[in-house]
Amino acid sequence: MSGKGVPEMDARRIGAALGLVVLLGALLTGCGKDATDSSAADSTLTVFAASSLKVPFQELATTFEADHPGVTVSFNFAGSTDLVSQLQEGAPAQVLATADITSIQSAVDGGLLKTTPRTLATNHLVIAVPAGNPAGIKTFADLGKKGTRLVVCAPEVPCGRLAGQVADAAGVTLHPVSEEAAVADVLAKVVSGEADAGLVYASDATTAGGGVEAIEIPEAVALHNEYPIAVTASAGKQADTAQEFIDLVLSDQGRQVLTKAGFGQP
Amino acid sequence: MSTARLGVPRWAVAVAVLAAAFVGVPLAAMLGRADLGNFPAELASPAARDALWLSLRTSLSATVLCVLLGTPLALVLARGGSGWWLSVLRALVLIPLVLPPVVGGLALLYTFGRRGLLGHYLELAGISVAFSTTAVVLAQTFVSLPFLVLGLDGALRSVGERYDAAAATLGARPSFVFTRVTLPLIRPALVTGAILAFARSLGEFGATLTFAGSLQGVTRTLPLEIFLRRETDPAGAVALSLVLVVIAAAVIALARPSRGW
Repeated sequence: MSGKGVPEMDARRIGAALGLVVLLGALLTGCGKDATDSSAADSTLTVFAASSLKVPFQELATTFEADHPGVTVSFNFAGSTDLVSQLQEGAPAQVLATADITSIQSAVDGGLLKTTPRTLATNHLVIAVPAGNPAGIKTFADLGKKGTRLVVCAPEVPCGRLAGQVADAAGVTLHPVSEEAAVADVLAKVVSGEADAGLVYASDATTAGGGVEAIEIPEAVALHNEYPIAVTASAGKQADTAQEFIDLVLSDQGRQVLTKAGFGQP
Repeated sequence: MSTARLGVPRWAVAVAVLAAAFVGVPLAAMLGRADLGNFPAELASPAARDALWLSLRTSLSATVLCVLLGTPLALVLARGGSGWWLSVLRALVLIPLVLPPVVGGLALLYTFGRRGLLGHYLELAGISVAFSTTAVVLAQTFVSLPFLVLGLDGALRSVGERYDAAAATLGARPSFVFTRVTLPLIRPALVTGAILAFARSLGEFGATLTFAGSLQGVTRTLPLEIFLRRETDPAGAVALSLVLVVIAAAVIALARPSRGW
């Protein structure tokens, strides 16, 4: 109302700002494309791996990079189901390692893999209790007692299916206060002391260190799950490098690192 | 002057179309993946019904808590003067907005959890918050409160203090002024703020997951059910997501204030 100059100037300024945003966007996407084009072709190996493999795989990647100058190993750690669906949607990866046979089988069925999956390790459930075991849990049967705040994985996810099988084998009915979607959430609730006990993988209890104590379940050892690994169909020129990484994981050195992280040998 | 229509600049229309597409296209993509034929079956499953009912109940409770706690807070922020402590308070209110919800959940755990700052005493008194529906409501209130407070704070400022001052000079006490003068003036903003808080509560995921856990009928709200179902039944997860979208849209459409905001 106080003259035309001000709004016009505002419009011009906003126009300039918008132009700048578009320019920046173009620059950024341009740069991004360059980066992936040049490095993905010869120096970055992308590994999709189950979250529980994080610690041993990162250690093995350091070894791998030292033995393969110019190669960088980049990881995507997530739930096995997520990893397979990301691959399905076209996410670039050269190696896939899942925490169970079921999810890698769906990748096999979907034609997403180049090589036949090989088992790299096994894992079984243990009872994790907070440091000091405040609720005095001793056996699997203690978990079924009323008043025990037990946290497990939901039956929809692999660690939850396994928990159900172990409970059946032990003949114990569980009354969990929470059924989590990921084993990491189970562990977090034990570490924080919110839960009296949780059912997690042996490797998770090892990784958690002093925050939790692990109690073995005799029935669970036989009901272990297997971790398969394979080269993806989209690996292309990097298939050989991907296979070399898998060879390292399956080597004696790989076994050692995995055993140290709480995994069982296949 | 009387009939002059304020034009919208063309570039603004162009950008608005772009912005609408930015939100609309992913929604359409989600709709494309939904197995609509299976929709009634998905909804009828006990897990989905429990989750939906729990979500509605907890979100409504959280909204009521937000209104009860947030309205006086906004009043203090807008009318409390200009002390440095008000700037601190305003920053404090904003924190849940920028905090990743999972971190918010951790903060709540450290407060109300078994070994938490307050939870420790609650536990001694025989009250356990974690893994309960109360924990879900607390998590939702924590993340939704800023939406209500910020909206009300802004409305209180733009309404000004003239009417309140007039009422005060006529001898009305502050509480009377608040309920009879201020509240009616900011009613549209209060409704909008409550809707935003409800919508945010309905979509709350991270803080609930970290703080409350996930158990059907007790703490597993619709977003948690969707997250879990995605593992085995992605199409079902998409169907449930659409339910969430429809509820949010319905709430906004029904409660939209007729004028002003």
